[in-house]
Amino acid sequence: MSSVRVVLPYHLRNLAHVGTEVALDVAEPVTMRRLLDALEAAYPMLLGTIREYETGQRRAFLRFFVCEEDWSNEPLDKELPGAVVEGKEPLLVIGAIAGG
Amino acid sequence: MSSVRVLVGTRKGAFILTSDGKRKDWQVSGPHFAGWEIYHMKGSPVDPNRIYASQTNAWFGQLLQCSVDGGNTWEQPGVKPEDATPSWPPAKSNRFLYDVSAETGKPLTTHQWYDGTQHPWEFKRVWHLEPSLTDAETVYAGVEDAALFRSTDGGKNWHELAGLRGHGTGPKWQPGAGGMCLHTIILDPADPNRIYIAISAAGAFRTDDGGATWKPINKGLVSNMIPDPNAEIGHCVHHVAMNPARPNVLFMQKHWDVMRSDDAGENWREVSGNLPTDFGFVIDVHAHEPETLYVVPITSDSLHYPPEGKLRVYRSRTGGNEWEPLAKGLPQQDCYVNVLRDAMAVDSLDECGVYFGTTGGQVYASSDAGDNWQPIVRDLPGVLSVEVQTLA
Repeated sequence: MSSVRVVLPYHLRNLAHVGTEVALDVAEPVTMRRLLDALEAAYPMLLGTIREYETGQRRAFLRFFVCEEDWSNEPLDKELPGAVVEGKEPLLVIGAIAGG
Repeated sequence: MSSVRVLVGTRKGAFILTSDGKRKDWQVSGPHFAGWEIYHMKGSPVDPNRIYASQTNAWFGQLLQCSVDGGNTWEQPGVKPEDATPSWPPAKSNRFLYDVSAETGKPLTTHQWYDGTQHPWEFKRVWHLEPSLTDAETVYAGVEDAALFRSTDGGKNWHELAGLRGHGTGPKWQPGAGGMCLHTIILDPADPNRIYIAISAAGAFRTDDGGATWKPINKGLVSNMIPDPNAEIGHCVHHVAMNPARPNVLFMQKHWDVMRSDDAGENWREVSGNLPTDFGFVIDVHAHEPETLYVVPITSDSLHYPPEGKLRVYRSRTGGNEWEPLAKGLPQQDCYVNVLRDAMAVDSLDECGVYFGTTGGQVYASSDAGDNWQPIVRDLPGVLSVEVQTLA
């Protein structure tokens, strides 16, 4: 089990009643799907806000950044980099476009 | 002493305005859900402190919020630790899936797109929440793309009443400028099996069997911008209102035309009369005088602001046709706001109060049935909806 860090955008932090960053225990091998499963299990108020219910796909206006790389379109079952698994780097969930 | 609570949904959060029965001094609470679009909030007639809210934005989608203390605190139904079950998380209060099951659902067909081609049904947001008249745990949701959902557990889970979308005319339904939204839900207080809904742009529908089957009720509507102006389906209904004391009498603000039905929607006739323009979005009925109506005329379908830059409510005391402008306290120059379809409501105090919100962020109130108006708050984000609760 790895302790993985996730940085959430402002509105999702408020929904989940958390600060900028949360830490989650995720079973190895750590993938985006497992990480998001763990996030939604710990914070069920986020269900449907990051992934679509119908398809399980990332919502269109969100992006995933990992270790300064765009993981938005990587396969959900691809193993995340070691730095994320080891808790040295967080997953960044960010809005894909600026909003007013 | 009675008091009034006004629930205001805006482009950037929810606001709750409260006053005693005099309706002179107002307290403003909010923003709740700051930064989110709050399309609609409405309290339960059974338990007025239970308020449901539709929270949405383009990034994170739809959320459903509920308060059980009159709007002081809020939560997404079903996400408390004590709600946990072995199948945790049990509730998905923001999950609005079209019902395509073999048992209760209908095939997910297509509807007409702006260019006339067919387009898949896609859930976007909840436009309107209508709590049951008899059960605080039951609430209906009108959504875009148009469909009607119901929750019987306080908003924790939602199920589509698929008979409406499966009526068979779906491929002829089309989005208005705001999207293909089901924006009006009226529960008949005299008949628990009768519900009226309206869709832009499909028209009005009625069920007499609790939502299992539906019929279009658009006879008499004339819309010159569609190929057959008298078509059964395709009319851009903006809003429908009813006085609960006379549930068979309906009033409609259509894209153009103010309409009236005296037979539960079976037939409509135009009552625009002497209005300066019969384009508009809101329409409502006096709480105690079922022949007294209110509309806010808007210049045209291309110019969504009041004629001549003068914001005026028009009142008819004759059930339509004869209208008088109400302007005292409203801006009479350089006013170019709009009043959206769910942004007018009335209270039920002895002297009926009338309320409406504008896209400029003002909420106006009249405590004397429209004779005089005052802005009870001026500088909110653009107002999407206004509902009023009259509290004992």
